[in-house]
Amino acid sequence: MDTNAPQEIARPPSPFQRFSDRTFRTVSFLFAWLTIVVVFYIVWEIGSNSAPAMQRQGLGFLSGTTWDPNTGEYGILPEIWGTLYSSLLALLIGTVFGVSVAIFLNESYLGGVVYNGLKLVGLHLHPVLGKLPAACETLLKNLVELLAAIPSVVYGLWGIFVVIPMIRGGCNWLHEHMGWFPPFSTPLSGPGMLPASLVLAVMILPTIAAISRDALATVPPKLREASYGLGATRWETLLAVILPTAAGGIFGAVVLAFGRALGETMALAMLIGNANRISVSLFSPGNTLASLLANNFAEAGGDENKVAVLMYAGLVLMAITLIVNMFGALILQRATSGLKGLN
Amino acid sequence: MNEVLQGPETRQDIEALLPGETSILQLQRSLRKPRVLLSIFLSLLVTVLTVFALVPLFSVIFMLFYRGGSNLSASNFWSLPPAPFEEGGGFGNALVGTLVMVGVAGLISVPFGILAAVFLAELGPNSRTATVVRFCAKVLSGFPSILAGVFAYGAVVMLMGGFSAWAGGVALSILMLPIVMLTAEEAIRMVPSKMREASIGMGATHTQTVIRILLPTAMPSILTGVMLAIARAAGETAPLLFTALFSNYWVVTNNQLDLHQPTASMAVLIYNFSGVPFENQVQLCWSASLVLVLMVLVVNLAGKSFSVRTPQR
Repeated sequence: MDTNAPQEIARPPSPFQRFSDRTFRTVSFLFAWLTIVVVFYIVWEIGSNSAPAMQRQGLGFLSGTTWDPNTGEYGILPEIWGTLYSSLLALLIGTVFGVSVAIFLNESYLGGVVYNGLKLVGLHLHPVLGKLPAACETLLKNLVELLAAIPSVVYGLWGIFVVIPMIRGGCNWLHEHMGWFPPFSTPLSGPGMLPASLVLAVMILPTIAAISRDALATVPPKLREASYGLGATRWETLLAVILPTAAGGIFGAVVLAFGRALGETMALAMLIGNANRISVSLFSPGNTLASLLANNFAEAGGDENKVAVLMYAGLVLMAITLIVNMFGALILQRATSGLKGLN
Repeated sequence: MNEVLQGPETRQDIEALLPGETSILQLQRSLRKPRVLLSIFLSLLVTVLTVFALVPLFSVIFMLFYRGGSNLSASNFWSLPPAPFEEGGGFGNALVGTLVMVGVAGLISVPFGILAAVFLAELGPNSRTATVVRFCAKVLSGFPSILAGVFAYGAVVMLMGGFSAWAGGVALSILMLPIVMLTAEEAIRMVPSKMREASIGMGATHTQTVIRILLPTAMPSILTGVMLAIARAAGETAPLLFTALFSNYWVVTNNQLDLHQPTASMAVLIYNFSGVPFENQVQLCWSASLVLVLMVLVVNLAGKSFSVRTPQR
């Protein structure tokens, strides 16, 4: 209204503006605090609901091997074993492939091949085709990220109808001919540890690839150039200079992927067979903490005792993943801060 | 780099420069040298492993179109799930259920996440509160999704006395919150500080700066975060298994949206029908997977395309 008058432009904030500013700041501050409250509320909610089971079962819950709702005897050692075994197995496979993908992306192999191909035909400086190498690199990076975008339940379905039939023959052949070797000591009848771990490996691969690639990309180019300058081949440089420098970051990636693997539910619940047993065999069915929760919670319904026991199992899972995740985040922080001086 | 020096004149010239007994041959890249062979071998190995790493992606997509696409029909989108030996049927109620629950989760987590991000990025970026909040958000982002379900079971299902769409929405919002918050914080930080300073220099209050300058400028990147969070929530199964459960009926009854009853979702439908021996339900399961994956991928890619268009500072 009075904004045309020059002296009115330079006015202090009106009481309403001051009030709304203060309100907005307070609200934003409160929501930030609410995040902390939510985390503690989650821990408290799961902790307090599992208290009755903790009193009744005590620490024997962690070492017991039977799960019998009829007698009220509960133990989750087979689940803890299955969680760790399947995750470590998946980690082993996922790390090999994930780090390979990270190196492949970071060394720009695909871009190099496309560039040399274009150079052969003399099109590498073409205004449109000249961008092809970079476009291929981006496409490959996005494809790896798409692996992470597919819902885990779809991976589970794929595991049931593709992975299990595909590996069954080979696994049973291994069992027949090398059955004396403990990991091959049982036949694969359908669901089991190996198919579950394979699918889990596919699911954690993008995590490992993305974070390892970041770690490789932060290695100062000076180091690589110095190594090439001394006459080292590409892989001598990679093995002696780049991978050791990025080792901290890659290790952090592996630990974070381990945290993801521990908490992953659906693919495992669909593929691991949900059998309450401890076995080193790759082909034997097993169970994990997350799939135990997934399978039993909906039916626990009115049985307060069973809900408490399941909450207790959830608390154990939370403790394991929290420790692993914090450890991974800490390693990553160390690894990236250590490289700052070199750049 | 691997060009071989061949002219005798060049070679002699260079050999003259080399000290002592060194021969030019030692400087050439020769395929007979083990170290060169090792390098080539490892490069090939990495290439093969990368190709193998992408096989599952193509296998999943192929299977989805092969098994799911062949039986997908328009009536799938508005029919209820079939009984074991029933023909036809669809996933209409599950589709609506997923949209409703992701909507509820978005309504909780998006304002929450953006307001907290404003504090983290703008109002108190270096305060002790911000450090703790950021840590908590990171803890939440690594939180197993099934535990979000366990929490919602304790906090909503046990409190309200039954499985409901609310509980499912709350569980999903726990998973969406850290994604929205951390990407929004990053987006607000990326706004050039010149704009922020210009606004404050013109006499705007902090609130006016945030609402008129920072949020509109950061909006594309914030939307990317929101879309990624929605894509993640739409595909989640574990938190819904024992919060929203499943239902064979519509979530809308008598033109009224009833969020207090068990609600179907695409992900739980796929899980429930994946282990049954009935051909029709398995077929539907594949069709539902195709629709779910397409939904998730479209939202994901749309989200990423927003941030590509963000102007560089």
